[in-house]
Amino acid sequence: MSKPLIEIQGMTKVYGMGEATVHALAGVDMTVEKGEFVAIMGHSGSGKSTLMNILGCLDRPTAGAYIFDGRDVSRLSKNELAEVRNQKLGFIFQSFNLLPRLSALSNVMLPMLYNMEEDISDEDAEKRAAASLQAVGLGERLHHQPNQLSGGQQQRVAIARALVNNPPLILADEPTGNLDSRSSVEIMEILHHLHKHGATIVMVTHEPDIAEHAGRVVCVKDGKILSDGHEGNNPCLNKRMA
Amino acid sequence: MKFKKVLRTAWEGLMLNKVRSFLTTLGVIIGVASVIVMLSVSAGTEAAIAEQINALGANLIIVSPMRGVPGAGRTMMIADAYAIEEQVVGIDGISAEQGPAPQIVKGNGITLESIAVIGTTADFPNVRDYAVASGAYFTADEDERKAKVVVLGAGIAKDLFGDTSPLGQTITVGTVKLTVIGVMEAKGMVSDVDYDGRVYLPINIVFQKFMSEMPIGGDRVRTIYVKADSQENIPSVITQITALLSERHDVSPSQPDFTVQTQQDIIATQEATTAAFRDLLAWVAGVSLLVGGIGIMNIMLVSVTERTREIGLRQALGARASDVLLQFLLEAVILSLAGGLVGVGMGVGGSYLFGMFGGMQTAIVPGSIPLAFGAAAVIGIFFGYYPATQAAKLDPIEALRRE
Ligand SMILES: Nc1ncnc2c1ncn2[C@@H]1O[C@H](COP(=O)(O)OP(=O)(O)OP(=O)(O)O)[C@@H](O)[C@H]1O
Ligand SMILES: [Mg+2]
Repeated sequence: MSKPLIEIQGMTKVYGMGEATVHALAGVDMTVEKGEFVAIMGHSGSGKSTLMNILGCLDRPTAGAYIFDGRDVSRLSKNELAEVRNQKLGFIFQSFNLLPRLSALSNVMLPMLYNMEEDISDEDAEKRAAASLQAVGLGERLHHQPNQLSGGQQQRVAIARALVNNPPLILADEPTGNLDSRSSVEIMEILHHLHKHGATIVMVTHEPDIAEHAGRVVCVKDGKILSDGHEGNNPCLNKRMA
Repeated sequence: MKFKKVLRTAWEGLMLNKVRSFLTTLGVIIGVASVIVMLSVSAGTEAAIAEQINALGANLIIVSPMRGVPGAGRTMMIADAYAIEEQVVGIDGISAEQGPAPQIVKGNGITLESIAVIGTTADFPNVRDYAVASGAYFTADEDERKAKVVVLGAGIAKDLFGDTSPLGQTITVGTVKLTVIGVMEAKGMVSDVDYDGRVYLPINIVFQKFMSEMPIGGDRVRTIYVKADSQENIPSVITQITALLSERHDVSPSQPDFTVQTQQDIIATQEATTAAFRDLLAWVAGVSLLVGGIGIMNIMLVSVTERTREIGLRQALGARASDVLLQFLLEAVILSLAGGLVGVGMGVGGSYLFGMFGGMQTAIVPGSIPLAFGAAAVIGIFFGYYPATQAAKLDPIEALRRE
């Protein structure tokens, strides 16, 4: 079997100092294989976003190792982290984070702007962005601005943006948190489809029925992993907890 | 990230808020335009002064009694002028001049009050580059034998005789009857002197008829103009005149009772006054550029705050701190360069308008355009740098969380 995409050992993240110290992550071990679809669940404040930020190379752990795609990224410089984010990560946010007043196409082209690996010509960048939007069913909406699109459509633009540099890992922090149930279903169908075609996805969610789409559910509490897997006694999948 | 791409990103950033971008550049536009207008106005003033002084005559050396030295006004005599004419080598002519009190001039049944009377020697038109339009100037011989002749300034001729020729007519200057033998060409005002509104008489007649009652003798001269025969000979002529007059006046050449000046000296004195004026204007313009720069910094800081989420997103998508820094720095530089460009246009246009309708001479200083433009660029970098560093040092997580 090939090497795992994500390997985390003894990861801690401590915020603040002295009395006000918060252990947002208190020793997390986790492995994600290529092609997995993982849902992370847990109460508010349990450390899900903190974990996602470190997985997404937006932040560095206080202690612990993070091997991503065969490389220890826990001690990289800020510029190196920026490059990893650009090349190997696609982000989907709860609040979409599209740039207003830019077209869907321009929004999707943004990651290619910062691609240091290859110098993509404007024409190619447009083609790739258009293809990416096509893949999420927005081929007819290339030149719409975010405020001309529904929430679900905006999130699909964000997915197209996350995919455009062909990253090995997609990170989604509550991707359906701001959407109605119908749009949520649409978004989950797209993620499902991506997963079936080999994408590795790590997604934070509060909703058990959204988590059902994932092959594996990691339950976090107080900065630690409480349970990992789809077994029936997963406390996060217990409807009473949701 | 390629520079070209950052540049485009910066441009797009500015285009998203066109009105604000324009208002931000306004300070720089005004600053740059005022630098150019002010420099062109003061250069125009200087050119006008130099033009006027050169109109006094080419290669001219001006000898006058030293101001502020008691008794100096009494020591410069017509004999000094003759001595210069005879002994100084390298000159093309001299013109001694004296002006008594203004006189009443009558002729052709018309009376003109308070007309300046100038006594000169015969070489006056040559030395002062001031030609006779009709008739002739008096000769040295006529001067010496105190011929009762007069040459009219163009304005006086017109006032008295209209379009008919005054040649051969008799006019009265004060109580003296004189025959008109010539009319000078129109020259206009030069350094506040109305050459056309004067009458020109042989200096010896002036001594005899207008100055003899004065208690200190009649044959003093106000100014001796000496025309050097070439530009190169001017220093030597000055040295000779200084030595000659010092000896004649029995004074030390280091403490003379007279001054020997060239037009360049006079221009330089005038320029010193306009330079002070110009420096003041330059400061005003510089301050307005500075204010423009502070305006850019202000708006860029607001912009960074407003666009915090955008910055966080760009960072999440792979923008490095240097990419963000460059983007915002370039926005500021584009703003100030655009302001500089428009300002140059407005400054050049404004200078022309001032020259045409503002009643002052303007000359666009070619160097002021790159100067003003360069200053705008420097201001963009200087005042854009701080907001750009504020953008670049944002933490992506914090920035994305911001509303
Ligand atoms: N920058 C920070 N400074 C101090 N404490 C922080 C910081 N970021 C997060 N924390 C704390 O770390 C803990 C974990 O926060 P985190 O955002 O990871 O929770 P979460 O599981 O994502 O919650 P939610 O479901 O509400 O999004 C919380 O107690 C939070 O207050
Ligand atoms: Mg969270």
